[in-house]
Amino acid sequence: MVTGRRSSGQAGRPAAPAGETATGRAREVAASVADPELPMLTLADLGVLRDVREEPGGGVTVTITPTYTGCPAVEAMRDDLRARLLREGFTGVEVRVVLDPPWTSDWISASGRRKLEAAGVAPPGPAPRRAPGPVPLTLGPRPPGRGVRCPRCGSGDTAELSPFGATACKALWRCRACAEPFERFKEI
Amino acid sequence: MSHTSDNALHAIIEATGDLGFRDPLAGVDSRLPEGAAPADLAAYCLMLGDDALVMSHRLQQWCTRAPELEEEVALANIALDLLGQARLLLSRAAQIRNGAGDAGRGTAEGAAAGRWDEDRLAFFRDAAGFRNVRFAEAPHDDFAHAMVRLLVFSAWRLALLDRLSSSRDPVLAAVAAKGVKEVAYHRDHAAGWTVRLGDGTELSHLRAQRAWDAVLPEAAELLHVHEVEGRLAAAGVAADPSTARGELEDVLARVAEAATLRHRPPGRAPDGGTGRYGVHTPELDSLLAELQEVARAHPEATW
Repeated sequence: MVTGRRSSGQAGRPAAPAGETATGRAREVAASVADPELPMLTLADLGVLRDVREEPGGGVTVTITPTYTGCPAVEAMRDDLRARLLREGFTGVEVRVVLDPPWTSDWISASGRRKLEAAGVAPPGPAPRRAPGPVPLTLGPRPPGRGVRCPRCGSGDTAELSPFGATACKALWRCRACAEPFERFKEI
Repeated sequence: MSHTSDNALHAIIEATGDLGFRDPLAGVDSRLPEGAAPADLAAYCLMLGDDALVMSHRLQQWCTRAPELEEEVALANIALDLLGQARLLLSRAAQIRNGAGDAGRGTAEGAAAGRWDEDRLAFFRDAAGFRNVRFAEAPHDDFAHAMVRLLVFSAWRLALLDRLSSSRDPVLAAVAAKGVKEVAYHRDHAAGWTVRLGDGTELSHLRAQRAWDAVLPEAAELLHVHEVEGRLAAAGVAADPSTARGELEDVLARVAEAATLRHRPPGRAPDGGTGRYGVHTPELDSLLAELQEVARAHPEATW
C-alpha cells in the first residue's frame, strides 16, 4: 500500500530531439499506452487520460480517471503508465486519479470508435442527457438500438441480450440478420 | 516501441516496491468540508460503504448459481460496481478517521497506532461494527427475491446518490456522481426482471409476489434517518433518506403495476434499532464469516 510518490523526485529528462518538450514527449508516451482490457484502444482513445505535465520541481504527473468505479483496470493502467514512462527515461513519475467530473463514453475519440468497431465491438451512441428531476426509470429493454449496427455484417437489425457483459463498460447484443452475438460499448 | 524486452513487472516493483492494490483514493483531493464533524463524516462514509460491501457480497453469492450465464455475468458486474463504491467509501472513512494526510501510511508505527484502511474495515470488523442497513444483509431466498431486493435497494441508493452528487464533501460528491450512472443500470435491470417474472408464468408470478410481499415491508428501514445523517444533511453534506420516499414509492408502484403484482408501499420508518446503529440479524455474522475468512486466516498476507 504505497502511493505513487517517489522518494526523490528528480526530473530525469530523456534526450529529447530538439524542439520537443519533455512534457510533450511524456504526453506522447502516456497517450500511447494501451488499455489493459481493450488493448485495441490507447488510454487517449478511451478518454481516460486527463492530463500529463512536467512538475516545476521535477518529475512527471499523469492524471487519469476511471471509467467505472469498480473497474479493476485502473490499477493496471496506473502500473502500465508508470512502467512505460520509466522505461522511456522519465523519473519521478506520479499517476493521479481524479473522479470528478465523472468519465463519460462521449470522451471516446473518433479513432477509438473506429478501432472498437474494427475489433467487433459496437461503439457507444451519445451518452444519455438527463432532464432535472429523478433519474427516469427504463422498463423493458433499453430503447432499441437505433443506429446500432452489427460490427460483423453491418445490419441495423440488432437487439440487446443483456445490459452487462465481460467488462463493466460493455453490454451483450446480437444481430438478427447474421445471428451473431456481439459486444457493445455502453453509453454512460 | 524502441524496447523489445517488455519487463513491465520489474519496472513496477522497482518504482513502487510492491505489486497490487493501492489506496483507491490515492491522488484524490482529500480536503474536508467545513461545518461537518469529521467523526460524523467518517461514520456516514461507513454507512454507505457498508451498504455497498454487504449487498455486493450477497450478489456475489449468485456466481455459479444464477439461472442463466448472462444473468451470472450481470450480477457479477453489479456486485463489482458496488464493491468499487465500497472501496472508495471505506477508504474515505479511513482517511478521515486517520486525520488528513498520509503520514504513517503503510508503516509499522502506523499499524501500531491503529490506523484504518479499507482492508482493515472490510475484513477485521465484527458485525456490531458494521453500519449497513439490515435490508442489504438479508439472504436471497430465490432469484425473484434477489431481483425484488436489488430493485428496492438500487432505487433507494440511486435516489440517495443523486442527492449526494451535490454534496459539499468533494469525495462523496464525486463518488456519488459516478455511482448514479452505475446504479441506474442496476435498478433498471432488476425492474426488468421483476416485470418478466411478475407478468410471466403462473409459477413465476407466484414467486415474484411472494418475494414482493417478503421484501417490501423491510424497505421502511431505508427511510429511517440516523442522527449522523440528519446532522450532515443539514450541513449540505449527506442525503436525508426520508426525502427519497416519494421517488422510491413512485418507482416501486410503477414496477408493481407493470409486473401485475399486488403492491404495498413501505410502511413507517422504525425508530432506531436498525443496522445503522450496529443492530444486525444473525445473517450478517454468517455473511462476514465467509467474506472475512481468508483475510483473518492470513492476517499478514498482502495482495
